[in-house]
Amino acid sequence: MTGPLGALRASAVLAIAALATLLQVSLAPHLAWRGVGPDLALLVVVAAGLAWGAHSGLLLGFGAGVVLDLVPPADHLVGRWALALMVVGYVAGRVRADLRPDRRPALGTIVATAAACSFVGTSVFALSGLVLGDATTGVGGLLGVILASVVWDVALAVLLVPVLLRALARLEPEHAR
Amino acid sequence: MTVLDLRPRSPEPPERPGRPGPGGRDDARRPREGRRRPVRLPRPATGRGWGDDREPTPPRSLVVALVLAAASLMALDAAGALAPVRGAVAAVAGPAESAVSAVARPLTAAPDWVRSQGALRDDVARLRSENDALRGRLAAAPYASNRLREYDGLSRLTGRLGYAVVPAHVVGIGPAQSFADTVTLDAGSAAGLRPDLTVVNAQGLVGRVLSVTRSTATVLLVTDADSVVGGRVGTTMDVGTLRGRGEVGPHGLLDLELVDRDATPARDDAVVTWGSQGRGPYVAGVPIGRVTKVVSSVRETAQRAEIEPYVDFGALDLVGVVVPDGTRGDRGVIEADGTLVPGEAR
Repeated sequence: MTGPLGALRASAVLAIAALATLLQVSLAPHLAWRGVGPDLALLVVVAAGLAWGAHSGLLLGFGAGVVLDLVPPADHLVGRWALALMVVGYVAGRVRADLRPDRRPALGTIVATAAACSFVGTSVFALSGLVLGDATTGVGGLLGVILASVVWDVALAVLLVPVLLRALARLEPEHAR
Repeated sequence: MTVLDLRPRSPEPPERPGRPGPGGRDDARRPREGRRRPVRLPRPATGRGWGDDREPTPPRSLVVALVLAAASLMALDAAGALAPVRGAVAAVAGPAESAVSAVARPLTAAPDWVRSQGALRDDVARLRSENDALRGRLAAAPYASNRLREYDGLSRLTGRLGYAVVPAHVVGIGPAQSFADTVTLDAGSAAGLRPDLTVVNAQGLVGRVLSVTRSTATVLLVTDADSVVGGRVGTTMDVGTLRGRGEVGPHGLLDLELVDRDATPARDDAVVTWGSQGRGPYVAGVPIGRVTKVVSSVRETAQRAEIEPYVDFGALDLVGVVVPDGTRGDRGVIEADGTLVPGEAR
């Protein structure tokens, strides 16, 4: 049982997350600033959390994280992005719980959520690397990377998340009826 | 769907505390069996449903399970157990990535295009400068061969004349505005030069040295209005004086006035320097030019002939300064027999 997620929605979001992961590994490096590119998969999880709440966000974050952990250029321990994106989905879902249920989130909310989620997600990933001895850079380098990725994610969230929210809304049961 | 399901039930009064359920007080708060959630207000009919709040917070057990799953994934991966999974995912994702890259190549090529614009511009600049350098060398090639020819001619001339010369290059030509036909040589007193030496080149007489510094010499060309050269018509041995006209331009003409009033130079007669034994300003026997026109006027007491110099004053480069035998300086001397005596190092 997928809980609040229908099998259709879960697979659709995971497909989107997989596509985002592919774009992230093959397209984003060309846009990267000092190697730091946008986290597209993270933004998909943020959108899912904002659309459907913490429970869905948690599950989808885990799934998308595992995908991100396994897709080829990844060399870190599997499960690190799963943990991080799980937290991201949860945080975004909590933001969703505080919004009016019948309204789409405002752009300011989206930006704030994306910034917070990006910071939390990249930090969790980086800290897990530090704890597990999987990281190669020092704390100072990590901070720079985290801040750069927050800037990237906020910039892309303004463009992407509203589109994603609209797409996810089409998966709503009410709409599909 | 849920909205419609809930609507007919919502007016139904919730269970009152006064009616005790089977489980006591806690059960009294719980909705009736089959209703897992509290009743909420219906949404506005106009609003398109945005999400639903079926489970605002995930159950703690799920969080724990997922965290443990992540941790066990890490542990499995650390133990190397996930290598086949990675390989399977890579087998699928690899082609997908290359497909995405292929589709996105026009996009990703854009910054590369901008970068390569800069690189290409650098290339163009580098090639252009290289091209300029090569073109300069190419342009200098005839100059170099001409110089060789001039050295050849100069050494032949010295052999013919029987004088030793110091080779020098014209490095500066006085501007036409100064109305003096003077040039600067790159040899001076250090090379054994002094004023009043004859300056020749492979074609003939160039002028004489006016003044020298340590490393340069100023030469008055024979075409200058102040220049007076004793000349002799080669065929008749008639003597006269050659004066420059001071004409601006490379093709200055000279006027020859013969001392002997009755002598008439023929056209195309060669005129050479008269010279003096003391090797005064001009040594003897240096070709000056040829007669192009003879003017005879009643009023004038002497014949006047126009002489076209052999030397092309517009293209002066290598010249030789006739020096006494045995002169030694910081540059080589072409001796009368055509041999080159190298200069002494300072």
